[in-house]
Amino acid sequence: MSLVQVEDLSLRYGARTVLSHVSLNVQRGEIVTIVGPNGSGKTSLLRAIIGAVKPFQGRVTRGAGVTIGYVPQKLHIDETLPITVSRFLKLSGDATAVSIDHALAQAGVPDLPKAQLSQLSGGQFQRVLLARALIGKPDLLLLDEATQGLDQRGSASFYQQIEQVRQDTGCAVLMISHELHVVMSTSDRVICLNGHVCCEGTPAVVASAPEYRALFGTGTGGALALYRHEHDHDHTHGHCDHDHDHDHDHDDTKAS
Amino acid sequence: MLDDFMVRAALAGVGVAIASAPLGCFVVWRRMAYFGDATAHAAILGVAVSLAFSMSIFVGTLTVALLMALTVSVLSGRGYAMDTLLGVLAHSALAFGLVAVSFLSGVRIDLMAYLFGDILAVSRGDLSVIWGGAALVVLLIGWRWSALLVSTLSQDLAHASGIDPKREQLVLTLALAITVAVAIKVVGVLLIAAMLIIPAAAARPLSRTPEGMAVAAGVIGILSAVAGLRAAYVFDTPAGPSIVCVAAITFLASSAVGSFRSVDRG
Repeated sequence: MSLVQVEDLSLRYGARTVLSHVSLNVQRGEIVTIVGPNGSGKTSLLRAIIGAVKPFQGRVTRGAGVTIGYVPQKLHIDETLPITVSRFLKLSGDATAVSIDHALAQAGVPDLPKAQLSQLSGGQFQRVLLARALIGKPDLLLLDEATQGLDQRGSASFYQQIEQVRQDTGCAVLMISHELHVVMSTSDRVICLNGHVCCEGTPAVVASAPEYRALFGTGTGGALALYRHEHDHDHTHGHCDHDHDHDHDHDDTKAS
Repeated sequence: MLDDFMVRAALAGVGVAIASAPLGCFVVWRRMAYFGDATAHAAILGVAVSLAFSMSIFVGTLTVALLMALTVSVLSGRGYAMDTLLGVLAHSALAFGLVAVSFLSGVRIDLMAYLFGDILAVSRGDLSVIWGGAALVVLLIGWRWSALLVSTLSQDLAHASGIDPKREQLVLTLALAITVAVAIKVVGVLLIAAMLIIPAAAARPLSRTPEGMAVAAGVIGILSAVAGLRAAYVFDTPAGPSIVCVAAITFLASSAVGSFRSVDRG
């Protein structure tokens, strides 16, 4: 049975529809990556799964007893808040000194417990957030652009760490990424999102899907960086067999 | 012992310092300084209301401060920048309060006492209100401590851990209203925010954990209250402002220590 199941989910902020009729599910142990341009509702989808936004329509169900570990986008820690890494990790309920050391080791930063959170580098910080998510021994890890602000090497090594964590703990991973080429090798399944599910499948299938290319430019083999957004991208052929309604807002200022 | 007005004043100052310390840390961490100011300024309207309906000042200021804080919470994110909204509400509340007080003929009140506090006139009754309120604030924040910290760090992390950040915000709002109502007698509406922010800010360079900062803020607040009162007695200066002056000097000293340390490290 699925760890988490999203059925026909629509989300609205005021009059603006950010997601319409999205369905997906995550099975035990698999790594699923969500890609999509800015403003395509990726973060909103994750926030709906953790319960931070209420569905306008449809529903999100977790399997019985499924625990979720959440790694947010880069957090801003205010300089005025003094907090050590180990104190930060202790905030998650039943953490012990042993489980903290273990989680930090799993996240690849074993020697940081006494460091101040605001003094960490971007890569270290993301690993500490990962450690925090791992403390609760999650069945499902949710990562929201966890490598934003990291350079290519930094994000590649971060995703290797994720893969390692999956091998060690057997947890499933649902993550958002801008960098399909970086996560291609580790993902079992990719979902391309743009207000609705444009296409999904194995990384190779998605990378060659016309819907994906329409969103991310063609011929780049997935090395994207181009967030070109064509309004007339064609959904009538290829892997899609469902209706698309285009009433979602295209955020042209951001996308262009 | 409580017959001595200086002892009562010192105890009142210490009570306010204890309530302000953990709350002040959150005010600093969450950048709510202006929010604290607005709530405090609104309290003068509460004073006017209390006098008009001859009810206890504590109840009147608590009610108005709470209403003010809730209004800000509700209105925020509706088209105005937070500092604009607070600027409008804080100063309107202060102005309306001052105007309302002037209508209260027959009641001769010393407005200065509410603007700058009247700590030397603290009665036994005031003292029990202050300590009761302070205990309530400390219990409230102590009870929600972890949840408050998580929601301060990140609202989404809070949601993911099953914490409702809106509810935690409400806890802080309530604590703030109680502190304002309690502190009005001690430092007055204009300087309440100072008691919240200055000790917490002074504690920052000396602390490595949130708990450490709250405790350090408490110690600095207590020292400021006691030393400020002493200074007011020796130099014959107004008590409330003297307390804030001592806190400000502590802040300067701890910033100096902080920058000295970072030079030392780097």
